Amino acid sequence: MTDLTKLTIAQARAGLDKKEFTARELTQAYIDNMQAKRNLNAYVCETPEQALAQAEVAQAAINKGEVKDLTGIPLGIKDLFCTKGIATTACSNIIRNFVPPYESTVTQKLLDAGSVFLGKLNLDEFAMGSSTETSCFGPTINPWSKDVPLTPGGSSGGSAAAVAADMCIAATGTDTGGSIRQPASLCGVTGIKPTYGRCSRYGIIAFASSLDQAGPIAKTVEDCAIMLKNMAGYDAKDSTSENKEVPDFTKFLNGNVKGMKIGIPQEYRVDGLNEEVAKYWDKAATMLKDMGAEIVDISLPHSKYALATYYIIMPAETSSNLARYDGLRYGVRVDGNTLDEMYINSRTKGFGAEVKRRIMMGTYVLSAGYYDAYFIKAQKVRRLIRNDFIEAFKKCDVILTPTTTGAAFAIGDKTMHENPINMWLNDLFTVAISLAGLPAMSLPIGLNSQGLPLGMQIIGQPFDEGRVFEAASALEKQVGFRGGK
Amino acid sequence: MDAQTVTKIAFLSRLKIDDDKIENTKDEFTKILRWVDLLKEVNTDGVEPLVSVNQNNIAMRKDEVTEGNQSQAVLANAPMKEYGYFAVPKVVE
Amino acid sequence: MTAMILKGKDADWEIVCGLEIHCQIISKSKIYSGASTHYGSEVNENVSFVDAGMPGMLPTLNEQCVHQAVKTGLALNCHINQHSAFARKNYFYADLPQGYQITQDKFPLVGEGKVEVELEDGSKKEIGIERIHIEQDAAKSIHDISPTKTFIDLNRCGVGLMELVTKPDFRSPEEAGAFLKKLRSIVRYLGTCDGNMDEGSMRCDASVSIRKVGETGLRPRAEMKNVNSVKFAMQAIEYEARRQLELYDNGETMEQQTRKFDAVKGITEFLRKKEFADDYRYFPEPDLLPLALSDEYIANIKKEMPELPDEKKHRFVEKLGLTPYDAEVICEDKETAAFFEEAAQGHDAKKVANWLMGDFFAMLNEKKLSLSDSPISAKNLGALVELVSQNVINGKTAKDVFVIMAETGKTPEAIVEEKGLKQVTDTSAIEKIVDEVLASSADNVAAYKAGKVNLMGWFVGQVMKASSGKANPAVVNQLLKQKLG
Repeated sequence: MTDLTKLTIAQARAGLDKKEFTARELTQAYIDNMQAKRNLNAYVCETPEQALAQAEVAQAAINKGEVKDLTGIPLGIKDLFCTKGIATTACSNIIRNFVPPYESTVTQKLLDAGSVFLGKLNLDEFAMGSSTETSCFGPTINPWSKDVPLTPGGSSGGSAAAVAADMCIAATGTDTGGSIRQPASLCGVTGIKPTYGRCSRYGIIAFASSLDQAGPIAKTVEDCAIMLKNMAGYDAKDSTSENKEVPDFTKFLNGNVKGMKIGIPQEYRVDGLNEEVAKYWDKAATMLKDMGAEIVDISLPHSKYALATYYIIMPAETSSNLARYDGLRYGVRVDGNTLDEMYINSRTKGFGAEVKRRIMMGTYVLSAGYYDAYFIKAQKVRRLIRNDFIEAFKKCDVILTPTTTGAAFAIGDKTMHENPINMWLNDLFTVAISLAGLPAMSLPIGLNSQGLPLGMQIIGQPFDEGRVFEAASALEKQVGFRGGK
Repeated sequence: MDAQTVTKIAFLSRLKIDDDKIENTKDEFTKILRWVDLLKEVNTDGVEPLVSVNQNNIAMRKDEVTEGNQSQAVLANAPMKEYGYFAVPKVVE
Repeated sequence: MTAMILKGKDADWEIVCGLEIHCQIISKSKIYSGASTHYGSEVNENVSFVDAGMPGMLPTLNEQCVHQAVKTGLALNCHINQHSAFARKNYFYADLPQGYQITQDKFPLVGEGKVEVELEDGSKKEIGIERIHIEQDAAKSIHDISPTKTFIDLNRCGVGLMELVTKPDFRSPEEAGAFLKKLRSIVRYLGTCDGNMDEGSMRCDASVSIRKVGETGLRPRAEMKNVNSVKFAMQAIEYEARRQLELYDNGETMEQQTRKFDAVKGITEFLRKKEFADDYRYFPEPDLLPLALSDEYIANIKKEMPELPDEKKHRFVEKLGLTPYDAEVICEDKETAAFFEEAAQGHDAKKVANWLMGDFFAMLNEKKLSLSDSPISAKNLGALVELVSQNVINGKTAKDVFVIMAETGKTPEAIVEEKGLKQVTDTSAIEKIVDEVLASSADNVAAYKAGKVNLMGWFVGQVMKASSGKANPAVVNQLLKQKLG
């Protein structure tokens, strides 16, 4: 029998439907792998009994011929998605013991589509980080690590690592400034952040509300399409989710880019851009051109302001979103003589350093006297950044950029930790897209000289994930890089 | 940013910064603020702040009672509860 | 002139007062969640996970709350803002689960308007409305169960509120009192708030400063929280104005501050100074998109506006002949006005009003009943008035019948029939009684004839007594005059 954990969703679907193996066998194979690779610290909570029970239900459905897209498909869930009756921690000590009495809309949709949940995946605390190092459960190790343990990126580092290491077929992620795309790139897998409003945020622990979006991380472009189709959709419980029809994204995988205009933003060719990254970027453009696409130079003049803009708007929303963690109704409580003391003691103990930094930054930029200079200014620049994309899309259909400025870095990397801004620079190529609310996918483009994966980013117009999939599937075909380690 | 501002912002955030860390925190914030000050060079005259990337306005909900009668679930994660209430240290009004 | 002028040591001072009134919106479910607004349920029973500020929960907007605020705005002649938006007001408190209140800041639903109030001396005064915005109510803290702990009940958390802010147009406690009464009457007519200040469904904050007559600027003000009755509001304003005058007269300064009104002592007490803790860091609520109302939406609400107290009062005076005072009293309360209209239907409205405001209200007071529990229906009260008008019973009998009606709830016709109270208008029957009375009191007849004409009253009384009060007094008078010459 083939190694079941090497299958894609599409392959597993075919195997299950043809009764080549059972849903239980498939799930068991992943459980075994999940347990065998605990050293990677990808899962923060394993739910094998629940997974096997779900697999039995799935098998019964298959036997009756009642098959949905994900019937019997074992998935990993980022621990930012609330799962009813199963601890959901955001990898923060402040809610380390929290068990939600409700299910997020996205995970409910995945359950409704027949999938099996293997457990909850590691992330940076409250999704704030680019390495999973801020997780209260410690960092996840990138399966591509050789002698030195590398980070998988973040915040959805657990998800990307688990997919790369065959510990689940696919996983959910969330992306606020690059949290799906950067780890996908660093782990050599595929991930898409859809248009803001495409997926419901209901039941996803909020980080920065105007930016947070859920999306899949998987081994192939096709698997991302299958996953996203089953995650997306309007939800009356999230007023920012848009009432737009969800197309069948699997219809956009023919790899035909003939006549498609691919924009290359000159501003992303930053000073000192890693040579290998630059080389792969050119190579990707050439590949698409060779398949009949037209390469056009575009300009995104406000690109260099995106990070600063992001690091004002995001913390502002964070400071408010995380006010609810006060030790009163759930989570850690450290007593005090007064209510304020209790709040201060609980929050000081429960939150990690990076989260505290962002809360305080946010409090500052919203406070009297600074609001206009920082927050309003950032919102104005945010509009200019979005306008750049609107202008650019008059000339092209999708935009091609590298996902990251380099490959995976070591856990505990000195440069990253001596100054928080260095870590934040990981989002350089991804934040502008988040600020503009656009869909963007990262897919592997090849390995660098150290044998570590690099990723390319394909950016689309709002609610035009279809063309992102089209371009990505074409590139994937040419690259011939199968996701995963 | 000065030490007093750090203390004030920490209190507004309900976080405690140890006295010996205030100086460090101040320096770090100063560095970050200097970094985001890059935005000052952008001309934003006449630009409307972007609050949301959504193009639509809000869809309103019908006035129907759809939730409730779940006090056990609401209280399930509470660190301290008594008589069906959440409990906290005495609040003096 | 209704302004209250305070005599200072060396100048005359005037009061500058504005009100902020929180009105609980009448709706079935809460403003941002589907939990019930029912008052008096078991602890934490009407609580959704949204109200409890659980991780990942998102608000949704209840249309009815918007509808009610627009309706209220229209009734107060306010401009309805077709584009409004929500904002977060950030602060930590035990009764605020999210750590922020979802309210409206820069873009309120209802803009400026004007309301005319009538004062006791008949003069009128126009009060400006600054705005009405919608927001969520806080939870309830219970302090008196435990000596060391405060208990939190989230049932009230998230009930919709309209916050109405007036311009600082009040120049006397009386004006503020008249406004509060008028507002209460209007919201009750509209059914947008039940207006019970003692139960907290309508709550008033007053801000008071004083200035020398002729000054145009504003001096520092004191904000008084929760002055929860019309009387208390008036007392608090007057006390505070006089307190400030004393400060100025003593050469002291007045700082902007928050005070509370002690209803028992009738004084205001210092609570806190304005300080940085009041830095609420308002910013646009990213979880709720902006609110846009169509012309049609507003037009439809206009169509369903009921007759408001002013219009009704005018009609009662003009069409039904009530005195302005009676009309004012009857129209203050919508149910009373409706009761009156039903009672007056087809009968002498003026007389119905007299009965209503006299014996009827006295009876309800005495029995401690509300109008809806009255043993005497509107129809029966009208019927009683009609019996008098038709000379079926006389006024005195009517009072007796009224008492029986209040005790038994029977119709006046039934009581008159049962007790044989029909007025005797048959001249021969009355003449018989008159003759008997005259025959049995020869002394008084002689005295009368000798000039003691004031005995006439005594004779009338005797005849009425002998007829058990049923004789028509006019006929009795006429016959006695005849017979006594």
